[in-house]
Amino acid sequence: MNMVKLIIDGKTAEVPENTTLLKAAKTVGIDIPTLCYFELKDMNIENRPGGCRVCVVEVKGRRNLAPACNTMVAEGMEVYTHNIRVLNARRTVLELILSDHPAECLTCAKSGSCELQSMAQQLGVREIPYQGEQSKYRKDTSPAIIRDVDKCIMCRRCEMMCNDVQTVGALSAVNRGFMAVVAPAFEMNLEKSPCTYCGQCVSVCPTGALTEVDHSRNVINALADPTKTVVVQTAPAVRAALGEEFGLAPGTLVTGKMVAALRRLGFDYVFDTDFAADLTIMEEGTELLDRLTRYLKGDKDVKLPILTSCCPGWVNFFEHNFPEMRDIPSTAKSPQQMFGPIAKEYFGKKLGIDRKNMIVVSIMPCLAKKYECQRDEFKVDGDPDVNYSLSTRELAHLIKASNIDFNSLPADDFDNPLGESTGASVIFGTTGGVIEAACRTAYELYTKKKLEKVDFKELRGLENVRHATIDFDGLPINIGIAHGLGNARKLLEDIRDGKSHFHAIEIMACPGGCIGGGGQPYHHGDSEIIKLRASALYREDAGKPIRKSHENPFIQELYREFLGKPCGELSHHLLHTHYFDKSAGVFVEE
Amino acid sequence: MAKIKLSEKKIQELKDVCKTFNNDKGELINVLHKAQSLSGYLPAEVQEVIAKELNVSVAHVYGVVTFYSFFTMQPKGIHPVSICLGTACYVRGAEKVLEEFKRQLKIQVGETTPDGKFSLSCLRCVGACGLAPVVMVGEKVFGRVAPDGVADIIAEYNT
Repeated sequence: MNMVKLIIDGKTAEVPENTTLLKAAKTVGIDIPTLCYFELKDMNIENRPGGCRVCVVEVKGRRNLAPACNTMVAEGMEVYTHNIRVLNARRTVLELILSDHPAECLTCAKSGSCELQSMAQQLGVREIPYQGEQSKYRKDTSPAIIRDVDKCIMCRRCEMMCNDVQTVGALSAVNRGFMAVVAPAFEMNLEKSPCTYCGQCVSVCPTGALTEVDHSRNVINALADPTKTVVVQTAPAVRAALGEEFGLAPGTLVTGKMVAALRRLGFDYVFDTDFAADLTIMEEGTELLDRLTRYLKGDKDVKLPILTSCCPGWVNFFEHNFPEMRDIPSTAKSPQQMFGPIAKEYFGKKLGIDRKNMIVVSIMPCLAKKYECQRDEFKVDGDPDVNYSLSTRELAHLIKASNIDFNSLPADDFDNPLGESTGASVIFGTTGGVIEAACRTAYELYTKKKLEKVDFKELRGLENVRHATIDFDGLPINIGIAHGLGNARKLLEDIRDGKSHFHAIEIMACPGGCIGGGGQPYHHGDSEIIKLRASALYREDAGKPIRKSHENPFIQELYREFLGKPCGELSHHLLHTHYFDKSAGVFVEE
Repeated sequence: MAKIKLSEKKIQELKDVCKTFNNDKGELINVLHKAQSLSGYLPAEVQEVIAKELNVSVAHVYGVVTFYSFFTMQPKGIHPVSICLGTACYVRGAEKVLEEFKRQLKIQVGETTPDGKFSLSCLRCVGACGLAPVVMVGEKVFGRVAPDGVADIIAEYNT
């Protein structure tokens, strides 16, 4: 690798060629401010359109100022990042961006975590000298995501996520100049686009232009209604990230505090989605073994590989893009949606509570879950199995608004029976976790032998597409794993083209899995945070007394008392679903 | 936006256009250019077919169509009226001529009259600066047009 020497603010930096000035400056302790620039290191995600010009620097001998995020180093370069010319230009650029931005910080959903707001603070902007016309565009509310384009600064991060990383193609910059906005095709509402509600656009949006639909109010009202029994379930990834909202270090597990906070909020029963994740493993694992056994017996009709179906963003993705392959994913519902009917039809009935009087709330790292719980097939006579889905961020707001001093809470335990879970279900929150959990159970069910080594380290990691072969006592099982929908697309295209040799594939829509979900505390491009959340989940798994889903005593009881057997008749009715073809163009009728 | 169904023949034509460019997504602008020459405009349906053939998102195609002023999603009128707003025409009062066309045809730039007869657009210099201000209707050039001559031009085509 050729090294290049240059001088930045009088300091000598030596970096490999093809390094940007922005990164070169970091090596000598200079932090050039950026706005449109975005990177998730080690995850192949980068956005540097050089559009906002906040990062401009002076390069000696160059006529105009250079955007540091998009200018490569050269031998002998002399760079000034904070001389008077640069400072004035940077301030003017920011003032101009602010002049077309609604001053709604007091009520904006993004206030406090807005990068534009922080930038205005950092540069000490106290007034906006330019008063001119402001862009006006309609607000677009979908089942999960709100677009408020007036707050958009055209950084193009969402477009990069939606197109390059997720290959969903719901968003693009349209029109030009002052009229330019980021929008779906024909400027229709998001709901009519191929959007999967993965929420990665929301995760990276620097301002309040893209936010989640907030259901906290509905939950507050339900909690205040004495005729309702309000039950809450919490997804695995939430406990690994919620602490960040209260100033705790990323990767701090706050399971006990979270349970205590939920109880103080007034939920009648604090349960765990992890319980339903164990249930998912029973159903999905049984389905995998059934397909595998039939395949090994020479059944030509059996569809392999089996694909996991826990992730609603992923389900939306294949319904839109690969509808002809919708008989390949497992028919098992996601843990959120398995929990709903078990809470209402099993637990509720046991207590004599009518399902109309039970409100099930889920706390999710995810925005697609908001859409998922509204799907018609997950309702009984109009009553949804899961009434409201709140993001990790919404839960944090709810806790803060209820005068709960989160950090001083003593740890508390989940209620039974739907609060007991195993280590296998905890790792559902990270890429590779679902398939590892499935392997732990499928191995024992298939080989009828005890699995001694429960850690399948070969399934862990953050590489985009991973594969491993697991030895089922002489039978090699080929496993594929993808996180991020663009990576999932590659695996699907291989299956479609008959090039796939996998028996089972796990797919999660978000980079890193649910820990990097669209409803998590904002990581602002720090991929270390995502890694720390993953290690927190593996830590919780390692510390659990039971680490295989089928050994969860309450799962065993549920089958004994109510469901019968996995993939049995009642399971099929309550815990499995079917998928739809959503590929139809908006205009062209096939 | 009205929903129209493209005929099988039309869809095949568009597919053929994409094919002449090897269904290469890098050729999107050329494909759109050619597609627009087929029917004079690029309705949503056409963009969906092209997106599918070139394997790009419809949002991306729409983004390109709305970025370049040459592309239009409005069908052109039978008599497309173009007013030159190049420097020479501009200083000799082209803007007032444009305003008069807008007023008499009751449409804005980029629009088409409800009867489909006239559409209005602006262009930059047709190379007839000596005749400024210049108006084109179809292929015919009108020179030294003044606002009070607009009615006569419209009348010439309104029979």
